[in-house]
Amino acid sequence: MDCQDLVELVTAYLEDDMDPDARARFETHLGECSGCATYLEQIEQTVHTLGTLPPEELDPALRDRLLDAFREWR
Amino acid sequence: MTEIDTSYEQRLVDSLRARDESAFAELVDRHTPMMLRVARGYVASAEVAEDVVQETWIAVLQGIDRFEGRSTLRTWLFRILVNIAKKRGVRDRHDSDAELAAFTGSPTVDPGRFLPRTAPEDPHHWATPPTSWPESPEGSVLGAEVLDVASRELEHLPDRQRIVVVLRDVLGYDAAEVSAMLSITAANQRVLLHRGRAHVRQALEDYLGTGA
Repeated sequence: MDCQDLVELVTAYLEDDMDPDARARFETHLGECSGCATYLEQIEQTVHTLGTLPPEELDPALRDRLLDAFREWR
Repeated sequence: MTEIDTSYEQRLVDSLRARDESAFAELVDRHTPMMLRVARGYVASAEVAEDVVQETWIAVLQGIDRFEGRSTLRTWLFRILVNIAKKRGVRDRHDSDAELAAFTGSPTVDPGRFLPRTAPEDPHHWATPPTSWPESPEGSVLGAEVLDVASRELEHLPDRQRIVVVLRDVLGYDAAEVSAMLSITAANQRVLLHRGRAHVRQALEDYLGTGA
């Protein structure tokens, strides 16, 4: 496994969705390659950053429409 | 965060069946923004997406007495949404498959950052490896500007990638649930997630000024 292969497998690795041989090759490469170790770390940091984005607000006009629809249904 | 409190969910279902408006309002507040995002991935305009969302909520209310709890309430809700959105959508299934195929094969990291196949040593290894990002005292790369960069890049992603990344990484739903919600295969879900994450990572790297 070379670096260009590894970067395409990072999500499969984090999802624990690789066969054991591929996983072993992935981890062997990681242990020997600081560039790929950093790449994996940055994907994890990216996921973490995305997880801290604030929730979206709902437009009050649409909310009112939906509650009106509820009252009509009820 | 991905754990679903089943007793809590059962209470919500029971309250809806009892025509309790506050339970409905709570569900609407929690899920409608993401429903709009998902609908927008299938239909041509924000207005049509709002119609799809409204139609979905009405279908949920009309169906709640028959809901058997074989999936979670939110999975059921999103499956109804996707079905309605597909019917209303101008981008038919053929187009979305083509969109997926067009993005599946290409590399997610600029090939120029690797040594060429013909390099005498270490072909396909990093020529310009990423360098570690500076960390804040809390041990993360967080900061208001970094969040803005991530948020802006999300908006630039192709629709299907953005939907999967938001459901998985922003909202924290698990892989199986997201595949079920969107009626896509586990493999497609993973491809879309990976491509979306790779785009956002690149945007953060560009902003943080390291690497190529």
